[in-house]
Amino acid sequence: MSLLDIQSLVVQYHTFAANVKAVDRVSLRMEKGHTLGLVGESGCGKSTLGLSTLRLVPPPGKITDGHITLDSIDVVNCSDEEIRRIRGKRVGYIFQDPMTSLNPVKKISNHFVEMIRTHEPETSEEDALKRAKEVLARLGILPERINDFPHQFSGGMRQRVMIGLALALGPDLLIADEPTTSLDVIVEAQIIELLKELKESLKLTLVLITHNIGIVAETADRVAVMYAGRLAELGETDGLFEKPMHPYTQALLNSVPNITKKGQVLSWIPGAPPDLAQPPHGCLYHPRCPHAFDRCRKEEPHLLRHDSSEVACHLFDKR
Amino acid sequence: MLEVRNLTKHFPVEKGFLDKLFTSRKSYVHAVDDISFSMKRGDILGLVGESGSGKSTTAKLCLKLIEPTSGSILSEGVDIAKMRGEELRKFRRNMQLIFQDPTASLSPRIKIGDAIKHALTYQKIGTASDQTERTRAILERVGLKPWDNFYDRYPHQLSGGQKQRVVIARALVLNPKFVVADEPIAMVDVSVRAQILELMLELRKEFDLSYLFITHDLAMANYVCRSIAIMYLGKIVETGPKEEVFGKPLHPYTLALLSSIPVPDPKAKLQRIIPRGEIPSPINPPKGCRFHPRCPYAQAVCSEREPQLEEVKPDHDVACFFPRT
Amino acid sequence: MVQFLPGLARLARRGMAGWAILVGGVIVVALAIMTLAAPWISPYSPIAINAGPLLSPPTSGYPLGTNHLGQDMLSRVYAGGAIMFQVAILSVIVCLAIGVPIGLIASYTGGYADKLASLVMDSIYAFPGLVLAIAIAATLGPGVVNMALSIAVVYIPSYFRIIRSQVLTIKELPYVEAARTIGATGRATLFSYILPNVIPSIVAIATINFADAILTAAGLTFVGLGLPVSTPDWGWDLTYGRRLLTSGAWWVIAFPGLMVVLLALGFTLMGEGLSELYNPRLQK
Repeated sequence: MSLLDIQSLVVQYHTFAANVKAVDRVSLRMEKGHTLGLVGESGCGKSTLGLSTLRLVPPPGKITDGHITLDSIDVVNCSDEEIRRIRGKRVGYIFQDPMTSLNPVKKISNHFVEMIRTHEPETSEEDALKRAKEVLARLGILPERINDFPHQFSGGMRQRVMIGLALALGPDLLIADEPTTSLDVIVEAQIIELLKELKESLKLTLVLITHNIGIVAETADRVAVMYAGRLAELGETDGLFEKPMHPYTQALLNSVPNITKKGQVLSWIPGAPPDLAQPPHGCLYHPRCPHAFDRCRKEEPHLLRHDSSEVACHLFDKR
Repeated sequence: MLEVRNLTKHFPVEKGFLDKLFTSRKSYVHAVDDISFSMKRGDILGLVGESGSGKSTTAKLCLKLIEPTSGSILSEGVDIAKMRGEELRKFRRNMQLIFQDPTASLSPRIKIGDAIKHALTYQKIGTASDQTERTRAILERVGLKPWDNFYDRYPHQLSGGQKQRVVIARALVLNPKFVVADEPIAMVDVSVRAQILELMLELRKEFDLSYLFITHDLAMANYVCRSIAIMYLGKIVETGPKEEVFGKPLHPYTLALLSSIPVPDPKAKLQRIIPRGEIPSPINPPKGCRFHPRCPYAQAVCSEREPQLEEVKPDHDVACFFPRT
Repeated sequence: MVQFLPGLARLARRGMAGWAILVGGVIVVALAIMTLAAPWISPYSPIAINAGPLLSPPTSGYPLGTNHLGQDMLSRVYAGGAIMFQVAILSVIVCLAIGVPIGLIASYTGGYADKLASLVMDSIYAFPGLVLAIAIAATLGPGVVNMALSIAVVYIPSYFRIIRSQVLTIKELPYVEAARTIGATGRATLFSYILPNVIPSIVAIATINFADAILTAAGLTFVGLGLPVSTPDWGWDLTYGRRLLTSGAWWVIAFPGLMVVLLALGFTLMGEGLSELYNPRLQK
């Protein structure tokens, strides 16, 4: 059975101004040990999707429809008590900005000890500290540094601390939201290598949320491409990069410079992502799509199987 | 066209009261330390580095937005470093800056048409109607057509890409010779980046500009630039045409950078050369070669003497005692 | 009038802060209209002595009762706000005229000008407001203008601080740097780029200033500084009302007191609402 099963999830933000569907009927399944790259540009809903797996969507956002099943637990409807037990213990979450995600007045040791003892109250402080040091050592942080404060760490180190916190309770699933966005090139590479190594040694299931398709190419088994709250394409990494099907995926892949390719000509997508408060009719991508035809303007495409992937595009819907 | 010689910028570190009382030693952030490079007319030079490399500080120094601690910046033979007041203000029309954050670069209370027109007003170019004409023309030229659709809008009514075009328009309306672009696309959506880059390249041909591109994105620098200068901790470690620097890198740091960038191709075989540790603080840079504590090829001399930037291959300079040929 | 409605609707959409501004604004406008209309709607002249029986509790003839001089409380309530508004408006004008330029120029220029101005302003700010106002009012003597001045002196440092913190933040923003790169002079940068972005917070502090001015004006009159006795003023009613309370005449202090509270509340709601929307917040 899959570890994480998301079915037709809808997450909406209710504001005075409008009702925005940040996530619109997204379905995904995560098998144990797999790595999924969730890609899309800013505002596509990938972060919201990540947060919703732990019911962490900030108000005025709310899960309004669909199901999320985490190893047979109904995340959407379970009690607050149950969801708190899942967070950290079954699912580790690495938040976007390591600079602001750590409490500046708490030592790193306190971050760990508090978290461990909240979930496993029988653990003594010594044991909790021991575990924390082990985790950090694995991530390349010297045990003496456990009594330092966040500001004494560099950006890369703080990110490692975040990863450590996410892994300290031994979760099966790790969700990383833009884990390397604010980091320098070389540190980014270090963190990616670290994630790859942890994935292997801890047999982690990893969801990597990012707009950087380079990282996804390197680490993910499968890729899910999101656009304006919906899934555009979902498939194996190799296949998706070699033969992207959805016009958005094609355009996205063509807009990223590849230093190993000589004489590359980059393309771009005209226009801008839709205003989700007043979305266009039919396919949300059609105003920018070079292949749009009549049906695209009227009817929303559904995610359908095509070869070994899934695409939400009328070009592949022969019905 | 632009020649920088021995440019240095040290920022004094603000000390707390007690520190001031008990220690007399002052500390400085060695943001830029004795760098020299030159650019020919029409060149597109990419200044590439990570945080703490001094690339943004160099950009601001070239435009005299901050005072250099020492050194000279020669623009067509004239030393900008020594300019002040009115003379400097007038000189500004020759060198402009495109900022990283399009939203923060535009005052939220000024209409974008006016924001562009201000450049002409402040430099006292043309009559009021000339200025409006030129503003309209440049709006259309950067793709914000028809101009009357955009002139009276406020920044919050535009998308990120559109705002960046306004910033470009404002920079170019004065017809400068030299434009510094500090991470111009880092905060623009991925799918729109190439559009902004293409626009900048077209405008370069049309206005006969020279660009100094500041970036940490090597793939982007490779796409857009002609020459590259790699910076590390306030020093330039390698320069040359991009085919040389990215194709046949000599400095261990350049090699590390190139092997670190993620490649959007799952089939690419990555062999990463990741240097030890992290970038040290620019307040106390390592002695000798600044990269030596992390360099996998470092030897004794590297910690004792500082390598100078020397031409190792035609047009290809590197500051290293053991370049990786 | 109809043009206001979409603007008001938009305000309501801004959540609690918008509602605060709306409700506060309605209160203030209502009281202002009441005060302006006083000459026409008052059943009696507010200063007419023996307009009715002395110390009469609220009756149909005198809905809010009368005070110890036989003056009709309803008429006094209608008219008593006039002084409040005058003092408040005048003090805000003085604050704007002095506090804003000093704040802008000192913080933009930096260096000694900034240090000196901060020193002066912080010293004034260190005094408890009402005490300082009393001290100044006592020195200057009675009168609307003098009251306004004493309140202004107390409040200018607040303007200075808010403006200074805003200017210091904005000064570092890229768009100000951009103004320099296109050749703006210091003056142009200050007036076209910095000031317009500081104005919203000025409006917010000015509104709170109004609220404070009203309470301080009431306070000053209460301790006997400020106005000649004959002027109809809620402050005076509070003074006498307090003394009359022991005789059981609660209505003399209650209604004017309610008005003072209401007006201050109105301005405070507006000011806090505006502050919430426009003053810098610590997190996003």
